[in-house]
Parts: sequence; structure tokens; C-alpha cells
Amino acid sequence: MLNKGLHLSKEIFEKDSEKVPTRNGYGEGLVEAGKKDERVVVLSADLKESTRSQMFEKKFPERFIEVGVAEQALATIASGMANYGKVPFISSYATFSPGRNWEQIRTTIALNDVPVKIAGHHAGISVGPDGATHQALEDIALMRVIPNMIVVVPCDSVEAKKATVEAAKNGKPTYLRFAREKTPVITSGSTPFKIGKAEVFWSPSRSSGRLVNPQVAIVACGPLVYEALFAAKQLEEEGTSTVVVNNHTIKPLDEDLILNLARKVGAIVTVEEHQAIGGLGGAVSEFLAKSHPVPIEFIGISDSFGESGEPDELLTKYKMKSKDIVQAVKKVILRKEN
Amino acid sequence: MLLVAGSGHSAGSLGMSDVFTSLYFEIMDHDPGNPSWEERDRLILSCGHIAPVLYATLAHAGYFPISELLTLRKLGTRLQGHPEREKLPGIENTSGPLGSGLAQAAGYAYAARMDEKKFRTYCITSDGEHQEGNHWEAVAFAGKNNLSNLTSFIDRNNIQISGFTESVMPLEPLRAKYEAFNWSVLEIDGHNIEEIIDAASHAKATFENPTVIICHTIPGKGVDFMEGKWEWHGKPPNLGEAIEALKDIRTLQGKIKSEHE
Repeated sequence: MLNKGLHLSKEIFEKDSEKVPTRNGYGEGLVEAGKKDERVVVLSADLKESTRSQMFEKKFPERFIEVGVAEQALATIASGMANYGKVPFISSYATFSPGRNWEQIRTTIALNDVPVKIAGHHAGISVGPDGATHQALEDIALMRVIPNMIVVVPCDSVEAKKATVEAAKNGKPTYLRFAREKTPVITSGSTPFKIGKAEVFWSPSRSSGRLVNPQVAIVACGPLVYEALFAAKQLEEEGTSTVVVNNHTIKPLDEDLILNLARKVGAIVTVEEHQAIGGLGGAVSEFLAKSHPVPIEFIGISDSFGESGEPDELLTKYKMKSKDIVQAVKKVILRKEN
Repeated sequence: MLLVAGSGHSAGSLGMSDVFTSLYFEIMDHDPGNPSWEERDRLILSCGHIAPVLYATLAHAGYFPISELLTLRKLGTRLQGHPEREKLPGIENTSGPLGSGLAQAAGYAYAARMDEKKFRTYCITSDGEHQEGNHWEAVAFAGKNNLSNLTSFIDRNNIQISGFTESVMPLEPLRAKYEAFNWSVLEIDGHNIEEIIDAASHAKATFENPTVIICHTIPGKGVDFMEGKWEWHGKPPNLGEAIEALKDIRTLQGKIKSEHE
């Protein structure tokens, strides 16, 4: 059942539940961060509309900077501004930023240790018809491997707004990942959010008044948290108990929670719209390999590029839907029992 | 320094000594006793491989003890092979990978102008790094935004690590390229202190757009066997070469008597 203490949306399992793209939360978050702190500036590489940076430009035109189609300049100009004392957010598609400008981010932002916020938009395969060139499936890995970098993948537009506002205050190089498509709104304004602290969104319902021990922990990030919740619901109806964790912060990983789950539950499925190599699954398995190894299954892209198609068709083809998570849960239970 | 370090870049460091000396001992407002003074002029070094001349200048200006120069590139040193911000007082930015410094300087100057700050942002670039796309993105940005509080110096020594710039990938006409991007361009002898200081004053009095000062320099300046040789871009002298090099520098290549003898 959904964790009652977290004020999650009550209608998420309804067919017509509210759907909003996470990038909208970014735009709203920029405006709020801009109101709170006049040091906040936003830079765009000719993608202000689709990254929703335009919302900030309308409110604070003097603090909006257009650099043209130049992602390396986007990162390095922001580095200079942050070095001076501004809090710059840089907005582009994730394949270009942090894809094309990775070295500039590494040297002039992370090693230089200045608080630039990198917003990677149109991440994941659900970008859809634009095809493989525009579907960032490697960005979490690219960012998480860099020292000093914080990596956050919000699960919905409400959380995206909170993550943006919090990133403006954390004083550190930070990567925020956003999706193009409308996705279900899972959380509410009252749901707690803190960078670095994962939340258990779903735990087994009581059976005859007794607590039920979960058999598998589903650790998810981004809009696929919704698919994970759907899988948990279906599994419970079939008699399999799980917990679902919204693991929005990939770095620093909430090691206490993950270790606790590994010890108590003993099997994990990670879920992300990213290569199964090097992202959330990589972070969880690297940590558990040295602390408390348990069987893990990975939902994500299996070492391939994407292709054109409708978002839902692609999520189905590349096995990232709730039914795929259900299969992975069943598989990991078998591995755990053997 | 380079002899003890056993690796590093000799030619560019020597070639830019006169520009660095002019900047830290005349042109820039700064305070070695208070490196984080808010109103200080900033120097963003883009071509981080000429760190030896930056370190030597900062030490002589009083940012840290001169004796520390001999720790260059050693384990635990504040004088990293390429400069790192906050490791050492006076270092404004981390650099090394080429082509990214001018954009940082432009961002710095843009932010300072937003807050109506009076200080100036200086940038030092190599000529070879003008082959990087990131650099020209910054040239366009600074030109578009008329960043007159930004002055950039180019170490036009015509060499890079694998040969002469014009044979590796030609940069000329450099002046016309900058002018096309709405920059004011000055060309000077990069070893003439008066010309360097004059050009910086001229840039300070230019309110329309950013200024680039193309400093024609001699790589390895002051050491006979290094001057003009691209082979000295990325290597240090051995013991015999170092003795000869220091003798050249201290005697102005035999013109005067060294105080060190």
C-alpha cells in the first residue's frame, strides 16, 4: 500500500490521473528559486521553450542569458559566473549537456568546484519520435562518476520543482535530470523531499492485522517510479509483497536505507530509464557488493541505443513497463531462494 | 622549477614572463595579503600548462613563499601540474584542458557587470588553443554582449606541441577574425613592458567592446637554445641545459654580469 505518511496522490492508480512533464516542474522551480535568491541566473543554449527556462526569462529577463547553440560555452560561461558568485542553472538536452560538454563540466565546474546546476532535459527513451540521437541514456553515468557532483532524478513535476529549488541552495555542482513527456504526478506539495534521502513510497499491506515482510525491494528513480508502484500493486494482488523506494538522489546514494533494505529484504530490482550500466543500478550494486551482497535485477536499457517511436511503444519494446518489473521481481525471488 | 619537477612546459612559460610581470606588478589591482579581496582584478588563465610562470609571478608578488616553487608537480604540493583553484592563493580558476578559459572569463565579466562591479577581468590564452571550438563560442558571446570589462591577451608565439601553428592548423588572419566578432584588437611586442602596459590602459579606456591584445612573443624567450623552437613547448631542461638556461636569463644572454655569480 502507498505510504500514508508521505501525502502521495490518491488517484495515481486511476486511468485519468493527472500527468505533467517533469520539465514543467523545473521551470516553476527556477522561478521560485529566482524569487528567493537574486544570485540565481539561468543560461540557455537556444532551447529556452522546451527546457521551460522561458518561464524564468519572463519573470527575470535581466537574469536570463542566451548563449546560442553552444553547449561548451554554456558550461564554461556558467562556470565563470558561479566563480564570481552567481548561482547559474544551465539548460539544454541531456545528450548535449552533459553529453557534448562533459570535459568542460568535469574541469571547469566539478574540479573547479563551483555551484553550477546542470539541467539535462529530454532524458530517457521516452523522448520518443526524435530517435536515438536525442534520447539521453548515459547521462546519469556520465555525471555520477565525477567527484563533487550531486545527481538527482525527480520522479514527477512536483518533485522536479522541489529538487530545482533545493539545488539552488546546496552550494554544489549538481545534475538534475528531466523528461520530455507528460508523466503521472505521484507526489504532492506535502511529500517530504531532501536531496540524498530516499523515500519508501510503497510497503506491504497488513494481512489479518499483521505486518507482512517484503520479499523484494524495488528501487526506482524518475518517472518510472510510477511503473514500479503499478508493479507493486499488481504483485500484491498476486500475493507477492514488495517495497518501492523513490531513489531520486543517485549521488550521494542513501546508503543507510539501501543497506537496511538489503539486510531485511534480501533481493532488489532497480528501475531507471537509462542504460542498466552505470546509473542507479550501478550505484546500488557497487555499494552492496562491498557492504551486503544480495541478488539484484536491473530494469533499464540493455547496452543499446534507442530509436524513433511513441514513448509508450518504446518503453514496452525496451522492457521498462510495470509488467517487466513484475517479471524481474519474480526472477529475483527465485535467485534469492536458490 | 622545471628541472626539479622533471616535466612541464618551458617555452610558453618563458615567453609570457614579460606579460605576467606587467600584469601583477603594474596593470592589475590586487592584494597578495588579501587574495579574496572582492574588488580585485581577476586573471583567468586559460592555457594552464604555462602554470610555472603564473606560480613564479604569484610567489614573487607575495602570495606564497618563493621556496615553495621547487615543489612544483610533487606529491602533496599546492603547485599542481596544472593550476587548481583554492589549492593556492591567487589562483582564480582551474585550467589545463584548452579552449575553456575565455568563456569563463566572459562569464565572470558578464556577472560582474550585472552587479555593476568596477573590477576588470583579464584572460590569458595561448595561440594554439584558438583551434578549439569552445574558444570561438566565447569570442562570439563576449562580442555580442560588448563585454568592455574583459581584456584578453594572446600568447602569439606561433608554436604548439607538435609544430608551428600555421602548419598544424592555421590561425591567421587572427586580427580580422576577432574584429569580425566585434572585438577591439591591439597587436604588440609581448616582450616590451611599455607596450604591454600601454595596451592594457588602452583596453581600459575602451567602453564599446572587449579588447584582445595579440602579444607577439618568442617561445623560450631569454634562453638561446630554446628560443623559437616548438620542440621546447612541452618539456623541461635537463641539468646541463638548466644551468645554461639560467645563465642566459641572468646575464640577458651574455649582455650583463649576473648578480648570482
